[in-house]
Amino acid sequence: MKQLVKLSVASLLVVGALAVQAGTLADVQAKGNVTCGVSKGLAGFSAADSAGNWTGIDVDVCRAVAAAVLGDATAVTFVPLTAKERFTALQSGEIDMLSRNTTWTITRDASLGLNFAGVNYYDGQGFMVKSSLGISSAMELGGAAVCIQAGTTTELNLADWGKQNGIAYTSVVSDTNAQTRSNYDAGRCDVLTTDASGLYSIRAQTNDPSEHVVLPEIISKEPLGPVVRQGDDQWFNIVRWSLNAMITAEEIGVTSATVDVVTNNPERERLMGRSGNTHEHVGLSSDWTYNIIKQVGNYAESFERNIGLNTPIGIARGVNALWSNGGILYSPPFR
Amino acid sequence: MKQDNSILSFLNNNETRAIAFQVITLLIIAFVFYSGISNLIFNIEAREIHTGFAFLSNRAGFDINESMIAYTPEHSNLRVFYVGLINTLVVAVVGIIFATIIGFIIGIARLSNNWLISKLAAGYIELFRNIPILIQILIWYNMALLTLPSPRGSFNFFDSIFINKRGIYVPEPVIETGFVWVLIAVVLGIALTFLMKRHFKQKHSKTGVYTHTIGYSIGLIFGLPLVVFFLLGSPLHFDYPALTGFNFKGGRTFSPEFLALAVALSVYTATYIAEAIRSGIEAVDKGQKEAAAALGLTQTQSLKLVVLPQALRVAIPPTINQYLNLTKNSSLATAIGYPELMSAFGGTVLNQVGQAVEILGMTMAVYLVISLFISLLLNIVNKKMSIKGQ
Repeated sequence: MKQLVKLSVASLLVVGALAVQAGTLADVQAKGNVTCGVSKGLAGFSAADSAGNWTGIDVDVCRAVAAAVLGDATAVTFVPLTAKERFTALQSGEIDMLSRNTTWTITRDASLGLNFAGVNYYDGQGFMVKSSLGISSAMELGGAAVCIQAGTTTELNLADWGKQNGIAYTSVVSDTNAQTRSNYDAGRCDVLTTDASGLYSIRAQTNDPSEHVVLPEIISKEPLGPVVRQGDDQWFNIVRWSLNAMITAEEIGVTSATVDVVTNNPERERLMGRSGNTHEHVGLSSDWTYNIIKQVGNYAESFERNIGLNTPIGIARGVNALWSNGGILYSPPFR
Repeated sequence: MKQDNSILSFLNNNETRAIAFQVITLLIIAFVFYSGISNLIFNIEAREIHTGFAFLSNRAGFDINESMIAYTPEHSNLRVFYVGLINTLVVAVVGIIFATIIGFIIGIARLSNNWLISKLAAGYIELFRNIPILIQILIWYNMALLTLPSPRGSFNFFDSIFINKRGIYVPEPVIETGFVWVLIAVVLGIALTFLMKRHFKQKHSKTGVYTHTIGYSIGLIFGLPLVVFFLLGSPLHFDYPALTGFNFKGGRTFSPEFLALAVALSVYTATYIAEAIRSGIEAVDKGQKEAAAALGLTQTQSLKLVVLPQALRVAIPPTINQYLNLTKNSSLATAIGYPELMSAFGGTVLNQVGQAVEILGMTMAVYLVISLFISLLLNIVNKKMSIKGQ
């Protein structure tokens, strides 16, 4: 009997272990879609429209991975998560990847069993107030009530910044982006603080964007990027290089419209999988990058479509321009 | 052959079988727990998630807007745990007090002979009992935010109490040395009141002369401390809230998050308490009231001396159960951001640290201990209230 129990315990552990170790790639290919954790609605980054279609630059990273792995950018199951839920969902295997305006920090990278696969938006924390307050600098915010989302690096940055500058404030913490926004709208607080991209996104959704000002101070570095579980290097590589493929495509000048044009540019042909064998290294078919660019587009296309100057959100490329254009966006080479 | 028979009869013995099945059940439960926990540990290790309780002594780094004890971002995560725990207890105690008062009034009103009062009470119960508590919390919260004025246009009561969408600001009493004597006078006053009441009760049973004691009681409980207070030169002043810059400073603030949660919990739980009170009163035999009336007791006397003591015996256990529910429901505060245990510790700290097993384990343990403590209280009360000598 004892032996039997021991044996069954051991076999159960093995099954558990297999469940952990089985490649995410194999799982995704078996079920036919990528389960991707996104926000509960941050316009331009990840938000669903009335028909349930998800769009945004974070969503495009999910779609790029689906295009690379399955050849179909629409084969994504989106799981909307709050800031508090996101890491547990990834750790537990509920989602295959997280692409949810998540800041890359050493604590998250090194202690949560997670890996950040890159940066798809360089952000920084800012403040937004109603124009009627007549404030032009965050240094005038002493005594203000600040609306903030729970469980974010934003909370920590704000505390550090307040201490450093001797600014006392009252924090009003809520669980979701939507509740934070409605608190700000209702006047529960004077200031809304989150990543600057988030502020622009929220401002674009208000009735009259001109009634709100984003203050010039940026008080933190917030590199946002996709996250995967630690311990599955193959999947990590796929996510990292799917994002890199979009950035490199912009650098080379390949867009979804010109992707079919065959040129004599060796770098371009290598990226498109028409020469070389880089696809074997990541364990995908040779058209994986072609599918990304054809179905999702390069980084510039994704940016301009979702948050660029011609969208309601209207963010300039700024630091998110390519390194060759004065920004810091830089992909290692496809070679 | 004979041996075989004895084994067979051993196996067929009811008692052996019962024990065998219990042992098997226990083994299965133990196995499920063991495999679950070892699987968890294995997976945590495989994913290189940090474990242990070292995070408790780390700097928290974030702010909490409401705390009964001193708190800054420099304090540890353990301090956040205490802040959250105390906030949970505060909202639970406030909720329990108001739920009991409202529940008691509604429960009695429900049985009133006045048609309107009875129907209003019934309407109250049906309305608030049948809307999920989470929705009620959100309704109260958003209603407060949408209807109340901004700080500059606050409702102003005598320049000392201000109400706006940032909360209710009241003067905060600041205690000076010597105030402790006033507190001692209060305790003394209450003790003397008991002695005085006993004296007049004895007099009543000896001589039949009834004395109204309410005047003496007020004098002892309120008058005595007041006299001491003024003799000591008023060792107490108030810190008044005042508008400076964006918000009010000074005084004590009750945030809309706290108020919405406390109101929602009280109003919701009161419906169940009202029903408990009503069922208690209805459980008292009609004959008891008739007998009381036949003895010449007034309505009030009949209620106080005959009906309520018997009704409470029935009503108290379900009421205490509701206290337990209220305490657990307070964790819904996480939806509006009142920093109680589940929101501040089980939410924010969890997200900053990422150790779900330890943090949620601690949070669960707290609710478990609170609930078990309330159950213990229930058992004690039950024992005291049960009919003696039967």
